[in-house]
Amino acid sequence: MIFSKEYETMQREDLEQLQVERLQVTLNRVYRNVLFYKNQYDNKKIEISSIKSLKDLASLPFTSKEDLRESYPYEAFAVPLRDIVRIHSTSGTTGTPIVVGYTKNDLKIWSCLVARVLSAAGITGTDLVQIAFNYSQSTGGLGFHYGAEQIGASVIPASGEEVLKQIQIMKDYRSSALVSTPGYALHIVSILEEQGMDPQELNLSKGLFGSEPWSEKLRDEIESRLKIEAFDNYGLSEIMGPGVAFECDKHNGLHINEDHFIVEVINPQTLEVIPAGEEGEIVFTTITKEGFPLIRYRTGDISSIIEGPCECGRTTRRIKRVTGRTDDMIIVAGNNIFPSQIEALLFEIEGVEPHFQIILNREEGLDVIELKVEVSSNLFAFDEIRKVQSFQNKIQQHLITSLGLHAKISLIESRSLGRTKGEKVKRVLDLRKL
Amino acid sequence: MLKIRNLEAGYDKLKVLKGISLHVKSGEIVTIIGANGAGKTTLLNTIASLVKPRDGEIKLKDIDVTNSSPDRIVKNGCVLVPEGRQLYPSMTVKENLILGAYTLYRKKDKKSAAENLENIFTLFPVLKDRKTQLAGTLSGGEQQMVAIGRALMSGPDLLLMDEPSMGLAPLIVKDIFSIVKELRDRGKTILIVEQNAKAVLEIADRGYVMETGSLIMEGSSEDLLDNNDVKRAYLGRDYKNFTD
Repeated sequence: MIFSKEYETMQREDLEQLQVERLQVTLNRVYRNVLFYKNQYDNKKIEISSIKSLKDLASLPFTSKEDLRESYPYEAFAVPLRDIVRIHSTSGTTGTPIVVGYTKNDLKIWSCLVARVLSAAGITGTDLVQIAFNYSQSTGGLGFHYGAEQIGASVIPASGEEVLKQIQIMKDYRSSALVSTPGYALHIVSILEEQGMDPQELNLSKGLFGSEPWSEKLRDEIESRLKIEAFDNYGLSEIMGPGVAFECDKHNGLHINEDHFIVEVINPQTLEVIPAGEEGEIVFTTITKEGFPLIRYRTGDISSIIEGPCECGRTTRRIKRVTGRTDDMIIVAGNNIFPSQIEALLFEIEGVEPHFQIILNREEGLDVIELKVEVSSNLFAFDEIRKVQSFQNKIQQHLITSLGLHAKISLIESRSLGRTKGEKVKRVLDLRKL
Repeated sequence: MLKIRNLEAGYDKLKVLKGISLHVKSGEIVTIIGANGAGKTTLLNTIASLVKPRDGEIKLKDIDVTNSSPDRIVKNGCVLVPEGRQLYPSMTVKENLILGAYTLYRKKDKKSAAENLENIFTLFPVLKDRKTQLAGTLSGGEQQMVAIGRALMSGPDLLLMDEPSMGLAPLIVKDIFSIVKELRDRGKTILIVEQNAKAVLEIADRGYVMETGSLIMEGSSEDLLDNNDVKRAYLGRDYKNFTD
């Protein structure tokens, strides 16, 4: 079903007019209200009235994660704080979060955009939607929550309940749709199988998965083992959260909500805009957001644009499934983590430049993270078991409190990590089969 | 119905419109709100070809009318109801109305003109009663009706209305705006410029907010009424600091 027929099936020409209008209005507003943009344009002597078409957008500078981190907490807001009714945040590169504010209208629009995501997956007012995203600072839980309420579905905010409880809810409440990370869906099915339960006993027929990279292979696996139809969706907190792009029942790329976001794909090295079909970094410009508008935000996600109408009737362009990152950000169980964050943390504890390796694995569908840390022998002898254990615990606790990361810590002797010729340890070893 | 891209216009050295893009779909009521001097009247006058644009593009029913002339705009079905009514006070109501049909009389289409006049009299029965009265002797609300009636005489599809509520008592404003809604129900498309943001947003489908020659906001009327910037600037609320 198409939730917003008027906009999702708009003639391209009308859509372009709308995008230009909304872009210009947004530029006029950020220039007046956000010092970061005003300075950026003034310094580069850019007249915002020179942006007369979507193509002209390419003459504006980018906004990076770093820019947003530097504007912590509220510098990039375009409205006074009293107009903000919700605040979410996302992890930044070195631990400083990016804070995103929403006005009343932003929340209204967000709900409707997520409603499009759910409708495209065939979710209606009669569905029971179980949301197994942690309801927290990140946008997945509440984003889907409001969207599902918008279409009148019954929402079960299962949030971060442990898996057996999730399964019990799913069974007893007869959940018909699951919203989670793809990894978590796989975890649920593993536990189901372990318990000797038949997924057919469940009422589950659909799953909407996102917030971590996955593949067609993983989709097939989830679909066949959980006996559901699985839909991919894409969003990021800086831009809004879920509701940026989503799959329809043709499962051929993710439709972008182009009446609210302008998409560009750039070559991350030359920073030039590249044509549809070619792979590069996705860049978004928000054109309706009031609280936290972003101009040419570099997502770091790699994908390509699919042009042309879709069989489903939508005229919006699509992006392919995100295949990777331009930076070293890793996504573990839906959390975004940069190796530099772990480095900073270890430095704090050890007081010396740490050598470490992050090893990612997937066990029963769940991401498992192991951290191997080299410890110099003058810190303590490895036979002092108690000291070793307490040191391990210390690192573990720090990871949980500052990054929300549950990792297995292995302390190893100095210089025992494999090094390449440049004497550098490979920071991340991703053994997950996506 | 109407599509505008990057419109720039002004008077001598003064640049009034600094790149306006907007659209009006058939059957919509769209409003442009903004304070005095924002450029709203200039925008309508430029669409009506009374002011020549310096840059940009205006499309009326998919026809490029950027460098058209006032009479050709009227013939293409777009008529301006000017700010301050601009009636001939020493002419009768009927004479004022008939002036609006000049493009029809030029075509010797007296039949359509007579039909339109009858329609206007059914829409505004009070004008029928006063058709021989001098326009200058009417009340403000009635004069506004004459101005709207005159615009309807050529049978337009798109009405450009410039501050129809100006100088009218609140109760009369309500009447005028319910007439605007009635016109939409009769198939007209309306672009209406207003300072009275609250009243006009109640009848409009969508709106744009104009400030010193640029559009700084756009959205459904409902969203604009909910927007705190609009509330502060045009509905009389205020704040001082970011954290207030």
